[in-house]
Amino acid sequence: MRKNVIFRGKLLPLLLLSPQLAITIVFFFWPAGQAIWSSLLREDAFGLSRQFVGLENFAEVLADPTWRGAAGNTAIFAFSVAILAISAALLLAVQADKSIRGSGAYKTLLIWPYAVAPAIAAVLWLFLFHPQIGLIGRALNAAQIAWDYRLNGGQAMLLVIIASAWKQVSYNFIFFLAGLQSIPRSVLEAAAIDGARPMRRFWTVVFPLLSPTTFFLLTVNLVYAFFDTFGVIHALTQGGPAKATETLIYKVYVDGVENLNLGASAAQSVILMAIVIAMTAVQFRFIERKVHY
Amino acid sequence: MLRRTLAKGAAALTTAMALRGRQAAAQQGPAEIQFWHGLAQPLGGMLEQIAADFNASQSRFRVNASYRGGYAETMVAAIAAFRANNAPHVVQMFEVGTATMMAASRATKPVWELLQQTGVRIDFEDVLAGVRGYYSLPDGRMASMPFNSSTSVAFYNKDMFRKAGLDPEVFPTTWPAVAEAARKLKAAGIANPMTTSWPTWLMVEQFSAIHDIPLATKGNGFGGLDAELAINNPVMARHMQNLIDWHKEGLFRYGGRDNAADGLLPAGEVAMTFASSGTRARILREARFDWGTAMLPYYDDVPKAPLNSIIGGASLWAMNKGPSGGRSEAEWQAVAEFFAWLAKPDVAAKWHTDTGYLPLTRSGYERVKATGFYKENVGADIPIEQMLRGGGTLTENSRGIRLGGFVEIRNIIQEEMERAFQGQQDAKTLLENATRRGNVVLRNFERANRG
Repeated sequence: MRKNVIFRGKLLPLLLLSPQLAITIVFFFWPAGQAIWSSLLREDAFGLSRQFVGLENFAEVLADPTWRGAAGNTAIFAFSVAILAISAALLLAVQADKSIRGSGAYKTLLIWPYAVAPAIAAVLWLFLFHPQIGLIGRALNAAQIAWDYRLNGGQAMLLVIIASAWKQVSYNFIFFLAGLQSIPRSVLEAAAIDGARPMRRFWTVVFPLLSPTTFFLLTVNLVYAFFDTFGVIHALTQGGPAKATETLIYKVYVDGVENLNLGASAAQSVILMAIVIAMTAVQFRFIERKVHY
Repeated sequence: MLRRTLAKGAAALTTAMALRGRQAAAQQGPAEIQFWHGLAQPLGGMLEQIAADFNASQSRFRVNASYRGGYAETMVAAIAAFRANNAPHVVQMFEVGTATMMAASRATKPVWELLQQTGVRIDFEDVLAGVRGYYSLPDGRMASMPFNSSTSVAFYNKDMFRKAGLDPEVFPTTWPAVAEAARKLKAAGIANPMTTSWPTWLMVEQFSAIHDIPLATKGNGFGGLDAELAINNPVMARHMQNLIDWHKEGLFRYGGRDNAADGLLPAGEVAMTFASSGTRARILREARFDWGTAMLPYYDDVPKAPLNSIIGGASLWAMNKGPSGGRSEAEWQAVAEFFAWLAKPDVAAKWHTDTGYLPLTRSGYERVKATGFYKENVGADIPIEQMLRGGGTLTENSRGIRLGGFVEIRNIIQEEMERAFQGQQDAKTLLENATRRGNVVLRNFERANRG
């Protein structure tokens, strides 16, 4: 039974809530409101002339083939990153959960990449895959495989997906490891006594019991791929070649900060906000029902 | 305890404020101005040294020079500061931002007006036509203060030329001859004969100027905001198709956007590159081989080619504090005196020889020539000679470019080139797509700045 604590009066609860509310208002509601307001305007970079244009910015953005291209890139990018990062982390977590010598060291090493800033992670991958100065990039070219992610859109996309997923594996790994450790031994032993082999035990017992973790990670990873991969893309490809790796968040930056087209950029960020709110809502409403808690 | 400390602190603060107020009233210190620049080291340090020298030379004015990231970041920072009513007095703006600054007439104070108001004299008559034209209003009055201008040239690896049996002292002057040389280099085992930095600036903007073909209507945008891109022309298409074919043949290698390809020549990866004349310092430092500088090639069957090349680099803009104006007479005076300091012949000559940027005046060029500098530094005069190619009189097509949103247009052209080099489109489609997308940017800029 949950016990509700009831405060008397209104002042104390408001006082206790106010720091959190203030932060939310200053860092979320106010900027979001500003973005919605600028998305209805068309102004020059200096803010010297502005004109109210209603929903014209939205109409232009939605009709813009480069925005649609970025939306397609984002879908491919986000799902690839999420699936790659989750499956790699699950594999590693299952292996690290076994009783092997030095598992503590493996676990620590696997968690390290999470402490690396996105831009630095990107530079590390650049030193591996740059066609002229990268170890692997040079080796590929020496082996007569034409590797140049600066000119080949598919290779560029592959590179930013791998670099972004690599950064997220650690985070997923921690959650999977915790999930695995909370599975009661007795359940696994019972399955083993019933004659289930390891693979079968994993798919019929472990994986379903991990589904809340997997579901949570899917949401977190998709949001990560949508919003937190700017640094990786900026440092590796700048959205190129020919917009092949331009995601929605990167396009907001390019149009707003580089091209100083504030109205279009604001409209895009409002659309992006709506997409992410909708995606999270759908996930929690429909997918969560099928999750075995 | 805590309360007592607080009380003491408050008292100290009050005293300090009172003191400062009294000091300000008493001595009326030098007029301070903020100068934001976009030059990384070592160039940034040389620039800050100039400001320090100016401060040391007199006591009435003080310039605080500070680095604000690259050119694009400096531009964005200055614009954001202006919106917050906190703009720097002087900002260094790269040449592609010129039209944006010029269109925002309430944000800036044109140099001609600044000089008239403060009574400071700077002689712009002697400034190279190619530089003066870029930064002046259609009626010829100066809008911004020319400072660091570069142009682009060819750099090549003489050792590789020798290996391929080419004359290391002669760089091919025409594009067909360049392709021929590239074939010989390829046959001699050099995997990547040539590349280019700044693909749009070099292969589209400079190319158009040198061949006297328009980049945009309305005299490359000097005539008004309603200009449209004119790059979809036969000469341009011929060159683009050549680049695409050479890329396929392995003679030309796309090295990335903007200055991403700068490192390829000094690293010994390519035999020929086309880059900003400012790359000279880097090649000097990094190249472990014999190298040379040459003028940009052209097609000799195009009438009037070769004309002068156009400039890149940056100029200095005097800015208002914010949308409501508000600068004191003393501040404007300080800006004007600082500009005059930069224009002093010995300051300008030192900047040119230290950095490799162009000398901005003919007389400055002659002065440096007389010191024997170019005899000791072979090739350092190629950029300025190229600026004077074609007699030094500019045509509407070789004067420069004044298009709004040009940073974006440059990227659009680079993107379409990347598509073509991936084999997704030919030169004709490349130019059609770039023109269509670029014109959308121009129309948006025109609309936002009509008022």
